[in-house]
Amino acid sequence: MRPIEIITQLLELVVALAAAPLFVGWINQCRAWLQNRSAPSVWLPYRNIRKLFHKDAVIAEGASRLFRLAPYIVFAAMVVAAGIIPSMGTRLPLTQVADAIALVGLLATARVFMSLAAMDTGTAFGTLGARREMMVGFLAEPALLMVIFVASLISATTALPAITEHLATQTLGLYPSLAFTAVAFLMVLLAENARIPVDNPATHLELTMIHEATLLEYSARHLALMEWASALKLFNYACIGFALFIPWGVSTRGSAPVALLASIPLLALKLAAAGALLAVIEMVSAKLRVFRAPEFLATAFLFAVLGLLVHLLLGA
Amino acid sequence: MAGVPLDIQLLNLCAALLLLLSFAMLSQRRIVNLVNLLALQGTVLFIATLLIAWRTRQPHLYLSAVLTLALKVMLLPYLLHRLIRRLEVYWDAEPLLNISGTMLIGVLIVVFSFGLAQPISALASTATRNAIGIAVAVVLLSFLTMITRRKAMSQVVGFLSMENGLFFGAMSATYGMPMVVEFGVALDVLVAVLVLGIFFFQIREQFDSLDLHHLESLREDASSRRSE
Repeated sequence: MRPIEIITQLLELVVALAAAPLFVGWINQCRAWLQNRSAPSVWLPYRNIRKLFHKDAVIAEGASRLFRLAPYIVFAAMVVAAGIIPSMGTRLPLTQVADAIALVGLLATARVFMSLAAMDTGTAFGTLGARREMMVGFLAEPALLMVIFVASLISATTALPAITEHLATQTLGLYPSLAFTAVAFLMVLLAENARIPVDNPATHLELTMIHEATLLEYSARHLALMEWASALKLFNYACIGFALFIPWGVSTRGSAPVALLASIPLLALKLAAAGALLAVIEMVSAKLRVFRAPEFLATAFLFAVLGLLVHLLLGA
Repeated sequence: MAGVPLDIQLLNLCAALLLLLSFAMLSQRRIVNLVNLLALQGTVLFIATLLIAWRTRQPHLYLSAVLTLALKVMLLPYLLHRLIRRLEVYWDAEPLLNISGTMLIGVLIVVFSFGLAQPISALASTATRNAIGIAVAVVLLSFLTMITRRKAMSQVVGFLSMENGLFFGAMSATYGMPMVVEFGVALDVLVAVLVLGIFFFQIREQFDSLDLHHLESLREDASSRRSE
């Protein structure tokens, strides 16, 4: 590996790390505007993370080493995932090391460790959140894999960068199968990132919460890492969506940092649009009862399977 | 996909939308929404017919497209909405199977009908032959809708959506039926809805409900059971 490649790769990771909290801040701002509230600053997530890093960590009595290790594992998994996803360039060293199925596995690893850590302290809320997180995860994962399989069938590979290059370079056409899978992917994204129809990201104080319940016992730098990781997760999912459904503008040239920098404005544009869309979706939908979440995710799975069937039959 | 002309792409999109709407019907509990979905299905069918008419330059297909628009998008949904208001049935009871289970069966049905349609598609020479499988799937999914519902209204909607599927199947296999047949079928469907509308009133007068399980036992049985 040449040093220039390493520099390019690091540049991509730094952009992902920096953009993730900004993306969350942007969604919050859009949502506040839609709700006629005065919006918090887009930089609020950064300030929050900085504040948390300066505090002293409190760790629950009887918590094992797993509890302390989990934030680092989750954060590392998300950073590696950000490297694997071709968000800015398809010819980077890290994008080649794993295909889409391994990526789904990596995301699952992060989820397992987060749930284990939540159960580790033995509090009722943590266990409840962990169980719900696993329930949502095991329903969302097959839907996500189906989405990836449809794109893989179209481009005859499971490697994400190859899929992106194939979809970006072919002639434009109507793909009903991709439209169905895009809807399915959007539903999976909402469920996996604890957004509104499945979970409410704005509150810690509900019996129905899923994601926040798993983080209740964390404080200071551990909490900062966990929050940064979940911002990165949202960013990663958005980038998987861009890679599969709007692949244009990703640099397909080699390892020059300049080419990567050129793809930043378009990525920013896509993220801005995606954030506004997410805010609108969260505004117009009500939170589902927890027991309705399986139905929501079954619908996502159905959409993905329909996309697959339509592709197999119509070849479109 | 690259070499496929735009109108065929649009037709494929219509086929996919029809399949999607069938699944939406399968999952719908409110009868009002069911009728709206039926009207939407009619609209997609209208667009598909127009596209095929434009592609094959057959003037009589334009006529049947207009017929679809007038009958399936406007008149039948209007009649059904009026029936719903008069009969005051807005909800179907909980379906016989839960929604997720029905959906899974629906997916299996789609796989089955794709397999079933493969030999037919191989024989057909039309550009839309791939959509035959989807038409068969729409027919069978409407069957499933009828089977899993209790209320007479939803069964009629299932019946009409089945007719839509048959129409689409005929379109994609042979670019439409002869005009006489189409007129006959359209008239049949219209009459069927009118007759069923009268039926509904009779059923409700007899049983105070539109639930069809009342019709499962003979009158003698019912009266003897009551006397026991």
